[in-house]
Amino acid sequence: MTLVRPRSYAETAAAVRDRGPRGVIARGLGRAYGDAAQNAGGHVLDMTGLNRVRSVDTEHGEAVCDAGVSLHRLMEVLLPLGWFVPVTPGTRQVTVGGAVCADIHGKNHHAEGGFARHVRSLDLLTADGEVRTVTPGTDLFDATTGGMGLTGVVLGATLRLLPVETSLMTVDTERATDLDDLMARLTAGDHRYRYSVAWIDLLARGSATGRAVLTRGDHAPLDALPARSRRDPLAFRPGTLPPAPRFLPDGLLRRGTVGLFNELWYRRAPRSRTGELQRLSAFFHPLDGVPDWNRIYGRSGFVQYQFVVGHERADALRRVVGMLARRRCPSFLAVLKRFGPADPGWLSFPMAGWTLALDIPAGLPGLGRFLDELDEVVAEAGGRVYLAKDARLRPETLAAMYPRLGDFRALRAQLDPDGVFASDLARRLGL
Amino acid sequence: MQDAFGIPQSLLVLGGSSEIALAIARRLVAHRTRTVLLAGRPSPRLDAAAAELRGLGADARTVAFDAEDTDSHEELLGKLFADGDIDMVLLAFGVLGDPEHDEERPQSAVRVARTNYTGALSAGLVCGQALRRQGHGTLAVLSSFAAVRARRGNFVYGSSKAGLDAFAQGLGDALYGTGARVMVVRPGFVRTRMTSGLTEAPLATDPDTVAAAVEHGLRRRRETVWVPGGLRLVAAALRLLPRPLFRRLTL
Ligand SMILES: Cc1cc2nc3c(=O)[nH]c(=O)nc-3n(C[C@H](O)[C@H](O)[C@H](O)COP(=O)(O)OP(=O)(O)OC[C@H]3O[C@@H](n4cnc5c(N)ncnc54)[C@H](O)[C@@H]3O)c2cc1C
Ligand SMILES: NC(=O)c1ccc[n+]([C@@H]2O[C@H](COP(=O)([O-])OP(=O)(O)OC[C@H]3O[C@@H](n4cnc5c(N)ncnc54)[C@H](OP(=O)(O)O)[C@@H]3O)[C@@H](O)[C@H]2O)c1
Repeated sequence: MTLVRPRSYAETAAAVRDRGPRGVIARGLGRAYGDAAQNAGGHVLDMTGLNRVRSVDTEHGEAVCDAGVSLHRLMEVLLPLGWFVPVTPGTRQVTVGGAVCADIHGKNHHAEGGFARHVRSLDLLTADGEVRTVTPGTDLFDATTGGMGLTGVVLGATLRLLPVETSLMTVDTERATDLDDLMARLTAGDHRYRYSVAWIDLLARGSATGRAVLTRGDHAPLDALPARSRRDPLAFRPGTLPPAPRFLPDGLLRRGTVGLFNELWYRRAPRSRTGELQRLSAFFHPLDGVPDWNRIYGRSGFVQYQFVVGHERADALRRVVGMLARRRCPSFLAVLKRFGPADPGWLSFPMAGWTLALDIPAGLPGLGRFLDELDEVVAEAGGRVYLAKDARLRPETLAAMYPRLGDFRALRAQLDPDGVFASDLARRLGL
Repeated sequence: MQDAFGIPQSLLVLGGSSEIALAIARRLVAHRTRTVLLAGRPSPRLDAAAAELRGLGADARTVAFDAEDTDSHEELLGKLFADGDIDMVLLAFGVLGDPEHDEERPQSAVRVARTNYTGALSAGLVCGQALRRQGHGTLAVLSSFAAVRARRGNFVYGSSKAGLDAFAQGLGDALYGTGARVMVVRPGFVRTRMTSGLTEAPLATDPDTVAAAVEHGLRRRRETVWVPGGLRLVAAALRLLPRPLFRRLTL
């Protein structure tokens, strides 16, 4: 795999022109869990060299930036101006290009949709070497958002921003005793919050299956701050914790330890607390504070699994949670959330319904087949698995999950007949 | 592509009628391997193997391939790779020879070497090149416990496997960092037609056990797989045994 780091639109175009026989794919900060930004034997464009925030319209709340700009950088620039990124995932270390091409979702999806909904236009370098301005409502836009970099290289984007008065969050926390209680609470109360997510304990069995801690909130208004913080209400102080130790024994992630961790997490959470002020980073990106957090999974690493099923198929969610609990997968911090209406992207992941995301140590025997079984439950329910977190889906299951796949392939065949853009994900799934 | 668990989508078997290879292929197909190319000397057995895998849902076909005909390897194997990525190559061909008589018949002993070592060297280098170019893939080589130390009882076979084993390790090092990898598999006594009629050695296993170990090795990205796993310790002990003692071992 040859890595190239262009620093301008022109260098990017040249790098695409000079690709090898196995094609080229763009990469942002490489935070996709699977093989989406990899291209075995071919070329990969590291887009982080295109890192300029070109302009911020503080009146209308719009920013024009290069695709390689990270959301972290955008926050640094925007917060002091009283604006915030429209969608943020569980880490700030993703680029605008990666956010567009995976059409990422945040805790506000139920209210405000995925990242692509807040994009006014894109500069897209396509296989023919042209740079096109792509706007919402066109096929190319809908193929690109969620299209995992396979329609071309996103060079830059114009984003619509969210106005904020402070850099703090007001957060309400409550506990749910089991899955039904959790789903009822999320359904009843989500519309009152911009951000909502629940951590759910998949190791608790019996009647406690699905017990959870809900955290929901919004950006704190100025008058919610104590007097001393009001002087510098928009300061952005992420802060970091010490890195995870390097040589954790593989055995650490046994059910016992994970179970204990989950137990503590649940017990530590208040039964109910409202209006707590939290830093942005604590609320949105707890893992960013722990460098190399993934080391806790030991040598064989882990796989992420995230799926969504429609509201009307809550039975499928219950079934999967039951399967995970029975299987006693040592997974911590599984996350459950309600999505709002689907985004228009053809391969965009979110759709109205329930989404569950979890990590499982990859070394677990029989895991591959078990996840295949989960896929079947999800596909049968008309749901889908998130491609940005996938490294194992079967190609035949994919078509059932993404009904617009045919359109996507047809557009690719027309736009890129020689297969200029290629990735391991595309090879594996025949995108 | 290999998935997160190392399971390939496409598989090329060199020595397609091998019982061990078929057990491995069956197991991989049950996961998600779709395309299987069985390369081997044309025979009803080879056809039957392909038919069985098709019955399991794979797109399996046979390709005429002779390990001893090294002149043909580059072109023949090159064509297979030109048709599309191959995620895993299983080098399974091998002959046991006739341990009783090979010592006295240099001609037939040379055949053992030509198949197990020279043939594997040639096919292994061609496949290694192709995997390097595509930037991913696993070459799994069926070496043997016999490669650890050539024993009095079958040193012709043992030395050919020792050569193969050393070659495969070297190729693995050469490919390190290219995305392609080599996995050396060292089974002990496996009950197949190759060993039928021989007295079973201790820790004898079945092809399905080898298949399970290979799957596990793929998942953990192992460079070496012993079947059964305990043979690793036996091998370590065997290597340390003084010659006079080793000579007298009837293994
Ligand atoms: C700790 C953690 C938490 C996460 N939480 C969430 C979450 O809450 N919600 C969510 O939706 N996701 C989440 N993710 C996944 C992550 O947001 C996405 O994978 C995102 O796409 C990563 O962006 P990146 O810049 O690292 O892109 P990469 O991982 O480098 O690439 C992702 C895809 O985008 C393409 N791409 C990147 N840049 C460009 C470009 N300039 N032009 C064309 N194609 C491009 C790549 O080809 C690839 O297909 C999380 C990941 C981590 C590690
Ligand atoms: N069985 C054991 O105890 C054991 C233990 C350790 C290692 N191994 C190794 O495992 C591998 C598979 O053995 P197995 O037990 O499965 O026995 P097997 O069924 O006899 O397989 C041997 C295979 O090699 C093929 N072959 C031999 N010469 C060939 C040539 N010139 N060109 C192409 N193919 C050729 C045979 O094909 P034909 O059908 O055309 O003859 C057959 O498919 C061998 O390399 C063996 O050395 C076996």
